[in-house]
Amino acid sequence: MGQIIKNKYLILRRLSQILILFLYFGANYFGWKILVGNLSFSKFLNTIPLTDPYAFLQMVFAGAIISADLIIGVLVILIIYGLIGGRAFCSWVCPVNMITDLAAWVRRKTNHEKDNLISTQKIKKFRYFFAATLLLISAIVGAAAFEFISPIGIFTRGVAFGIGFGWIWLFVIFLFDAFVLKNGWCGHICPLGATYSIIGAKSLIRVYHTKENCTNCGNCLTICPENQVLSPVINKKSDFINGIECTNCGRCIEVCDDNALKFSIRYLIKQKGAENEKNPTK
Amino acid sequence: MDNKRRSFLTSIIQASAAAVAAGSVVAGFVEENKDKPLTLRPPGALKEEEFLKTCIRCGLCVEACKNRENKVIIDGKEIETLKLAAPGDKAPIGTPYFIPRTGPCFMCDTIPCMYACPTGALTPDMCKNDKGEVSIDYAKMGVAVIDPSSCIAFWGLQCTACYRACPEMDKAITIEWRKNERTGKHAYRIPVVHEEACTGCGMCEMACVTEKPAIKIFPREVFLGKAGDRYVKGWDKKDQERVKNASINTTTQTGRSKKSAIENLNEGIQWDK
Repeated sequence: MGQIIKNKYLILRRLSQILILFLYFGANYFGWKILVGNLSFSKFLNTIPLTDPYAFLQMVFAGAIISADLIIGVLVILIIYGLIGGRAFCSWVCPVNMITDLAAWVRRKTNHEKDNLISTQKIKKFRYFFAATLLLISAIVGAAAFEFISPIGIFTRGVAFGIGFGWIWLFVIFLFDAFVLKNGWCGHICPLGATYSIIGAKSLIRVYHTKENCTNCGNCLTICPENQVLSPVINKKSDFINGIECTNCGRCIEVCDDNALKFSIRYLIKQKGAENEKNPTK
Repeated sequence: MDNKRRSFLTSIIQASAAAVAAGSVVAGFVEENKDKPLTLRPPGALKEEEFLKTCIRCGLCVEACKNRENKVIIDGKEIETLKLAAPGDKAPIGTPYFIPRTGPCFMCDTIPCMYACPTGALTPDMCKNDKGEVSIDYAKMGVAVIDPSSCIAFWGLQCTACYRACPEMDKAITIEWRKNERTGKHAYRIPVVHEEACTGCGMCEMACVTEKPAIKIFPREVFLGKAGDRYVKGWDKKDQERVKNASINTTTQTGRSKKSAIENLNEGIQWDK
């Protein structure tokens, strides 16, 4: 039971990811109208459109005529993730996260977390360049280029409509993450993740760190898939994790045994949080 | 300071070069994958090039098709029409298509797939007649093509399966009677497709009795030719309208036609004086 409470975010995230896939599956196979479509575009309760913002951008670049539904869908997504979620899409919605988390788990279990074939320092900003390049390529080839290779699309479509040979691509991502580059796909390549980083740059819900409680054990830095967002803050200052690449997955909160990390609301709750943390309940 | 700047510039150049390299691989794959000219699209689809730009691959059309009202069950198995292409399928990844032999379009009156589309990749504009009336009968998913060598009606056998399966019977497929000279007393009953009425639903292809269908649906872009402005049906007012703006120039202009033919032929020849 203690384990369940301790890992509540992880469990909730998995439930959320699987529930979303299940709703897509049910929409096709049983005709449910709760969440119809897939992560490129869906209709919630048969009325509210939800559009993949990066697919939308690619379509704009490819020169498609954009329908009103798509624009509304993008606005809904921008509001949800821009205000509340940050990169929560990546850790709470995207099913590829389950694959890459599995790869990260394999890395931890086999004690080769830092064995990378590629220097993580060097490809820090690669995903943003890649996202921009694919937009240009969409314009050149006249089609949304990333949508042809997107493992997110292949995974969600695969669940709802049949996967074909798509599993190979998902397996490649697992191998890449587990043996080539730690957190390689989600943390260094995925242009959709890069897009959500930018969308959620100013989002409200963020992890808050209390320096007074921190024992500098490094648990959070080990578990974090984007630990460049933690390192400027952990054991240095009491502050929000402001790095735009934080996915709000909450793993750092779970592995912290010193109550030094928690979800909080940026801009609205400021120093007040720090005051409360001085008397930890544990 | 200078060193810092240098390494910053280096990393920027490296990242963008890597992005361009990876992007080019993606571009190559996209070019290859989107070029699947035999893909049959749902009713109301834009022209293939525009369709690929506009389709967001959400699958709402496929879901509308799967959960439609007029479900067709043959031998206890529900016939599924639209599919969303998975990697390895014979259609660009993630886009809707159908295979008429196993799952033709049953031409629902309400066209649920077309109206489900949120992006306009499937649009009523592509499914209407000259007067602007929208109906599934005006869909242009493809066109049926008959292979006379394997169609048993051309052998003189009695069939007409495609004719009877056709939802546009006597408009899209008619039966032409010809004398069978071999027996001298029988008739060939030959199916003839009329492209202007054919929606490309593929019911004929599913109904065809031969081992491999002798009547098949092809995308209209692939199969239909174009007579161009040079030829006109002199007896048809409407066809004359078509060539109203045709060019009056009847000579083909190439690099060679700048000179006269004689000049061209005699070019470079040294004449005995």
